[in-house]
Amino acid sequence: MMGWTETVRTAVAALNARRMRSALTMLGILIGIAAVMLTVGLGQGASASITNQINSLGSNLIIVSPSMSTSSGGFRGGGSVVSTLTTQDAAMLADRDVAPDIAAVAPVSQVSGSLQSSETTWTSTVVGTVPEWTTVRARTVDNGRFFSQSEVDAAARVAVLGSTTASELFPTGQAVGQTISINGQSFVVIGVLTSEGSSGSTNNDDTVLVPLTTFASRLSTSSSANSVSSIYLSGTDADSLSAAYQQVKTALLASHQVTPDNADFTVSTQAALVETATSITGILTALLGGIAAISLLVGGIGVMNIMLVSVSERVREIGLRKALGATPGVIRRQFLVEAGILGVLGGLVGVALGVAGAAILSPVIGITVAVSVPATLLALAVSLGIGLVAGVYPASRAAKLAPIDALRSE
Amino acid sequence: MSVVIHQLKMTGVRKTYSTGVVKVEALRGIDLEVDQGEYLAIMGPSGSGKSTLMHIIGCLDVPTEGTYELDGTDVSRMSEKELAEIRNRKIGFVFQQFNLLASLSALRNVELPLVYAGVPAHDRRERAEAALEKVGLAKRMQHRPGELSGGQQQRVSVARALVTDPAVLLADEPTGALDSHSTGEILELFEDLNDTGRTIVVITHEPDVGARARRLVHIHDGLLREPVPVAASGATR
Repeated sequence: MMGWTETVRTAVAALNARRMRSALTMLGILIGIAAVMLTVGLGQGASASITNQINSLGSNLIIVSPSMSTSSGGFRGGGSVVSTLTTQDAAMLADRDVAPDIAAVAPVSQVSGSLQSSETTWTSTVVGTVPEWTTVRARTVDNGRFFSQSEVDAAARVAVLGSTTASELFPTGQAVGQTISINGQSFVVIGVLTSEGSSGSTNNDDTVLVPLTTFASRLSTSSSANSVSSIYLSGTDADSLSAAYQQVKTALLASHQVTPDNADFTVSTQAALVETATSITGILTALLGGIAAISLLVGGIGVMNIMLVSVSERVREIGLRKALGATPGVIRRQFLVEAGILGVLGGLVGVALGVAGAAILSPVIGITVAVSVPATLLALAVSLGIGLVAGVYPASRAAKLAPIDALRSE
Repeated sequence: MSVVIHQLKMTGVRKTYSTGVVKVEALRGIDLEVDQGEYLAIMGPSGSGKSTLMHIIGCLDVPTEGTYELDGTDVSRMSEKELAEIRNRKIGFVFQQFNLLASLSALRNVELPLVYAGVPAHDRRERAEAALEKVGLAKRMQHRPGELSGGQQQRVSVARALVTDPAVLLADEPTGALDSHSTGEILELFEDLNDTGRTIVVITHEPDVGARARRLVHIHDGLLREPVPVAASGATR
């Protein structure tokens, strides 16, 4: 019986004799594998990025947003519409008796602001909040300090800048101590936040924080002075987060005098946000991956096609090999190995292309395209499988050729 | 003299092809015995059934009726796989069109039957080299078929036929594609091989080639006719 080394050697020689065709055949598999790797990697990367973004909001986070479904619902960050949430809501939730598992409450209002320093101008998101914001969002001040409760009470004109905003406004010098103008109002910079790094399209370092009271009186475009865009809360710990969630919901339902069915707000936890985001990216990944998988299937059909052509071209060779003692099994194995090699080589180059593509694409789109080892191994196994499956029919045709018919053909 | 070993023994071999509704009887009852060390030529015009007979002798096909024993083994009812193994071990083919693989060197071409026999690489190479030396191509081992003359290519295929040390060397119109000079060379090679005891069966339609064999049979309309006596075996030399 013919050994494996000889079978592989013969197959490689046969593929090598028709180099151009072999390369083109592999192209189908190659593109398919690279496409699957990139789409799945992109999906995983996007999912990881969004999850990371949500996690970077802070730990044990609960977010209360005005509900979109009610007529009075405001838009987060819009400010022009009266939000259903108010500073009173925030004050109530901060009460230990109302919500014992809530550690900190930070009502937030925001507006887009045009900023001006002595050096330059910049546009950023201006957020009005309270000192607890640092706790809830798990942020620290790198330079200077955050504003205090007394500054909130006094509606002081002080501002804390994100690191990006600071470096944009003061490219050459120190931001702390400088005066900036926000939508025409002057503020003194008292601190710069520690950089968090950007995740995906959102830059958490490009922001300006001012006391909520100052925001309401000087920057808010809302007609209601005590309305807020949203309320961020942090639970005392992860275990009591669902209890905290319930306390917040119950308290707000009672104070807004609404039922869960016509609630004018939504309460979501970080975990719920992550889950939603993950399921959305999961669906997208499956969709794109499915399309890419179809291209892989087409590549497999290409292999089958070429193997069939190869069999009918080599009828005489097959006849000779049979005359010299190749059994049908040996012939079948030879063609299967040829198809398998086409698949694996296509897969290998496809994986290389996928890895290279991921490396090139990641910085361009700002999302890390994840290339995992198990996924890569799976891709290789799949390409081998496709090659073999595509080879079964051509190989059995070759094996079934009667030696005398095969020898007779010219 | 008590037990004659027939290298090849056919009894009542018939082969019928049915092409659609028409039945064609290519062989209509062949009895043939070839002893070890014989050099037999089977002659016949095209359509006489000589190709069919060649296929059956070469175990490329099986008879519809009758029995065929090759080297003491009945091969007339064997499966495709068994026939392949028998061909590999017992038959050395020499074809009219040489049938060498163009992408392989002479040496690799000669090694091919040993590859299918599962002979280890080192032995294979030694035996293929020896076979090529025997046919006088020691200096052309690494040449590809395209770089060799027709006569040289046919000698490569003779080497390939010999390399497994088969029971029968079966040549199908071995000189059909050769000029007269190369024809002479190949026929001389056959005679030399026969002198060393090799059993040779040549299928041909050329009287000159048939006359060089030590025994000659004619096939006509699927039946053998042996011109008796075969005293000509020595006289033609």
